[in-house]
Amino acid sequence: MLKAGFHYLSGNIAIAEGAIAAGCRFFGGYPITPSSEIAEHLSRRLPQVGGTYIQMEDEIGSIVAVIGASWGGAKSMTATSGPGLSLMMENLGLAVMTETPLVIVDVQRGGPSTGLPTLVGQGDVMQAKWGSHGPYEIIAISPESPQECFDLMIRAFNLSEEYRVPVLVLTDEVLSHLYEKVKIPPASKIKLVKRKYMKSPKDFDKQLKKWDLVPPMPPTGEGFAYHMTGLTHDARGYPNVSEEMQELLVRRLNDKIRLNADKIVDIDEFMMDDAECVLVGFGSVSRSIKEAAIRLRNEGKKVGVARLRTIWPFATKYFDELADKVRKIFVAEVNYGQVFLEVERAVHGKVPVELFEKMGGMIHRPHEIVEKVQEAYA
Amino acid sequence: MTVKFVTSHPMDKYLRTERLPHIWCPGCGVGSVFDAFLHAVDSLGIDPNKLYIVSGIGCTGRAAGYAKFDSFHTTHGRPIPFAVGLKQVRPDLHVVVMSGDGDLFSIGGNHFVHAARRNNDILVVAMNNFTYGMTGGQVAPTTPTGTRATTSPYGNLEHHLNLPYFAAACGATYVARWSSLHVRRLKDSFEEALQRKGFRFIEAIGPCPTAWGRINAVREGIDMMRYLRDNTEIRDFEDPKNVGFRWGEKIIVGKFKDEEKPTFEESMAELREKLRRGLK
Repeated sequence: MLKAGFHYLSGNIAIAEGAIAAGCRFFGGYPITPSSEIAEHLSRRLPQVGGTYIQMEDEIGSIVAVIGASWGGAKSMTATSGPGLSLMMENLGLAVMTETPLVIVDVQRGGPSTGLPTLVGQGDVMQAKWGSHGPYEIIAISPESPQECFDLMIRAFNLSEEYRVPVLVLTDEVLSHLYEKVKIPPASKIKLVKRKYMKSPKDFDKQLKKWDLVPPMPPTGEGFAYHMTGLTHDARGYPNVSEEMQELLVRRLNDKIRLNADKIVDIDEFMMDDAECVLVGFGSVSRSIKEAAIRLRNEGKKVGVARLRTIWPFATKYFDELADKVRKIFVAEVNYGQVFLEVERAVHGKVPVELFEKMGGMIHRPHEIVEKVQEAYA
Repeated sequence: MTVKFVTSHPMDKYLRTERLPHIWCPGCGVGSVFDAFLHAVDSLGIDPNKLYIVSGIGCTGRAAGYAKFDSFHTTHGRPIPFAVGLKQVRPDLHVVVMSGDGDLFSIGGNHFVHAARRNNDILVVAMNNFTYGMTGGQVAPTTPTGTRATTSPYGNLEHHLNLPYFAAACGATYVARWSSLHVRRLKDSFEEALQRKGFRFIEAIGPCPTAWGRINAVREGIDMMRYLRDNTEIRDFEDPKNVGFRWGEKIIVGKFKDEEKPTFEESMAELREKLRRGLK
């Protein structure tokens, strides 16, 4: 990995270096703006550290190759943008169903469709959670700076190993090309979660009797003769297409995230102590939001920021409790209201929630947010 | 007279016997192809712990669920990219994709092209029954022109794919076609291919009496076997360009290509080693 100390990195390069620091040794991907620097950087770096970069034929092949490499025992990832993420959706479901640890970086751009390839968007929030068919839970995290791109890639890999779930890292075009100082810690200071493996094929019987919320994975090539399938299956991995097994398996796949939401959810609070009015955002927009909050504080308005470092599972409990303490919540995002819908759901009508939407192409400028809040105060 | 039921199979040691009976219909060709593969594994003495079967969706796709090796049943059309990803991080494994014609050549066609082009070190076995059996016999890219399917009720208007020619053109290093009638030669071919490196492709034509034969005057499995007996000709190293066929005409079978070139995995390992020693 990079030498400990300060480096000047873009969001995309910090993502790639964070992945290497996290122990990622396989990248399968397909070029797409604005994520391509991640693939380019890893094509140079991975062979240096004994890993593999392979350019797949499309995003469908990319995510499936990542699933294959992960079952082979390597920490594995891909990186893409909205159109590529759309293509990955079916096999995101396969990764959920087969409980495959992997990381997908989605550098969001303006959509729908080809949209704004080189300009920012934040419209993939709902797709990340609902884009594949069937009821499922995933984890999505969202950095706001190159420093967090590095740090949260490590967390992303750790979460994916801990919960055996695909983790999405939702960045955006502005952040991906933003260069800042990044502090790289020495390798000894980076805590990595080790994958939990079964110890003997007898563990299948234990799991058949009582299925762990997050079962250990059978290792490959060790005589376990495991089977895994995207079909509804039992703890042995054998297909069992029945209402009962669907209930057992799919409820557990959801519950392993739902019941651990408190441990996963991470909110960055900024000037929240006495806040009456809360600005909510994520990704590069948080930078404008924080600047706007400072300006509004200077005017004497009690404004704070609750910035989502994790988006999924959603911080429902946090916002429910927050709604008892504050008078108004604003959500600023580069889409037509996605996190906004979740916040609205979470506050149970206790406080008004207002959306500052932007269709894409540019993040909110701080003064635009200031003016919106001033209007509300007037 | 006592009736003795045979309750075991010589290949049981490679089967998840608790999963039997299998889903394949009477007269289906998948079982014979699968059996020939297991015999090849047995006679080579391959460590079953180091054999990995990947399959997609469809009748043949269920093979992974019956073989007692590490196995993965992917989504429709995606066994090849799974195998490619797996092989990158596990050079110690024999990675074998076993799937059907619809899975590999329609929805999964693009993956086939590029894994063959890169010369990824995997063996791909295509069980070609001319149709989508599991979904009820719809027209496939391999349904012979003019024959019927549930979605080509007036006869298939499309040109069907010559699989060995396609595989060879994409860069496969080993290309063979047999049928579920040619079980010995098929087994020999599996043995040979399992000892080669690179992207290896074996097509096995077989009957689907339930979905395809029934509406194409080869009603029973045995009728298709008779057809294959009367209409196949072995021509090793025939130019794959010449092995396309029309239904009702001769089907050329044999080994058409057997070459060597660096695999992607070998080249990647070489690059890593160079970088490790500080060379550029």
